[in-house]
Amino acid sequence: MSSDVPKKSSRRLSRKRIPKARYSALGLLRRGITGKSWPPLWRQHELAKSYNVVIVGGGVHGLALAYYLGRNHGIHDVAVLEQSYIGSGGSGRNTAIIRSNYLTPEGVRFYERSVKLYESLADDLNFNVMFAQRGHLTLAHSDASLRTMRWRAEVNKIVGVDSEVIGPMEIGRLAPFLDVSTETRYPILGALYHPPGGIIRHDAVNWGLARGADAFGAEIHQDTKVQGIEVESGRVTGVVTNRGRISTPIVVNCTAGWCTLIADMAGVRLPISTSPLQAAVTEPVKFFLDPVVVSGSLHVYVSQTDRGELVFGASVDPFASYSTRGSLAFTEELAGHVLDLMPALSKIRVLRQWAGLCDMTPDFSPIMGPTPVEGFYVDVGWGTYGYKAGPVSGEQMAALIATHETPDLIAPFGYDRFAEGRLLGEKGAAAVGH
Amino acid sequence: MMLIRCIHCGLRNVSEFRYGGEARARPDPNCATARQWHAYLYEKTNPAGWTTERWYHAAGCRRYLVVERHTLTNEIRAVRLPDGPQAGGS
Repeated sequence: MSSDVPKKSSRRLSRKRIPKARYSALGLLRRGITGKSWPPLWRQHELAKSYNVVIVGGGVHGLALAYYLGRNHGIHDVAVLEQSYIGSGGSGRNTAIIRSNYLTPEGVRFYERSVKLYESLADDLNFNVMFAQRGHLTLAHSDASLRTMRWRAEVNKIVGVDSEVIGPMEIGRLAPFLDVSTETRYPILGALYHPPGGIIRHDAVNWGLARGADAFGAEIHQDTKVQGIEVESGRVTGVVTNRGRISTPIVVNCTAGWCTLIADMAGVRLPISTSPLQAAVTEPVKFFLDPVVVSGSLHVYVSQTDRGELVFGASVDPFASYSTRGSLAFTEELAGHVLDLMPALSKIRVLRQWAGLCDMTPDFSPIMGPTPVEGFYVDVGWGTYGYKAGPVSGEQMAALIATHETPDLIAPFGYDRFAEGRLLGEKGAAAVGH
Repeated sequence: MMLIRCIHCGLRNVSEFRYGGEARARPDPNCATARQWHAYLYEKTNPAGWTTERWYHAAGCRRYLVVERHTLTNEIRAVRLPDGPQAGGS
């Protein structure tokens, strides 16, 4: 830790690891018999006058950062400020797909680390995050998209990620209800098959990370809205919230949807425009769909949850907006495309639909690292791929804040890449397919 | 569904239009610095509120419009033709 992170007061020094009730089968049995209630996952606090690190945004990125700052670097004097309740933004609205079959080597390496962290996250947090690696299929309906799949498969294999292009026969075997005939409007020519991909219970990840961060001493403040960021002679000095002022040398913008507004408060302009992405869920049906099925050409992805509901997602709406209202046009288009893929679903009913805000960057890659304002860091621009990267972003941003050196894994995603012309084009693997 | 009142064609469905991004002045290509180009290309305003933007009526008159829209409600309060040579078309 360098001088930028001041020594903690004695009150805070004593606050290291707070013991938690450990979850186990025996513990469940014991509490079942005694009827003793479970302790809350995280505590509530009064807002203190100062913190070493203030994280804006209580989603998976902010909570993971708070967790890894304590776990890996011994930085415990951390506040996570959330304007609503934790996971109320993108972290509770995404379609919970995890994968690492990206297009650029930089992207593939980064997301592969994320998949590895997700694989061990339940053990690490002592919290079941229900990560089911059921495989991930990205369908190709044209020669052009088949070429992109081949490209992605080869980049993936070089980096050591399990991906392969497969034909319609094998696709039909993996997902029997998919129409792989040549009689359809958009025949399936092939798919990129990514066995480690899958789905996760996103709320459990949020709660588990919040519980873990709390155990390492971080304070989680819900209903705490950031109204201003104080900057003096080029460096951050504090944050103004609806519950009072906090002095801090380090502010990390971990918001999604509102990241340009938070960055504006520090005088940092981001190359981001925000658009909603709509999703929908059906009534639960008997389990029939094992892998996640994505079609870039048809702008749709489908997975079946453990409860049996089908979760559908689309591409981002084609204009910038902060409105999270759904639209009939979306539902109609989505239903049509789902039926192109799986005609057997014609009688299934959509239960609800919603939208989340996606911060789109020009190159479909996130922005992570320091900014021209000293002490103001960003972990933003997560477009449609933020949830996949929650733990790895937290781990790497924590390393950056603790050591003041940008880890190799996130160096390609820096804020200055736009001025330097080092864009990292990930559109071929991130634009629609998730 | 959002509707846009095109100056030439009247009230039309948003699906007929193509979004052209925030309306902002393009730097003069003959003398703009790299810094000015960077600001033009990358430093978005992305406001949560009223914004002025370009829309292209792709499935209609195929002309650009300047639209004032509220990004939280998608309410539109003004539509006008862009300034300069595009206004009349050519």
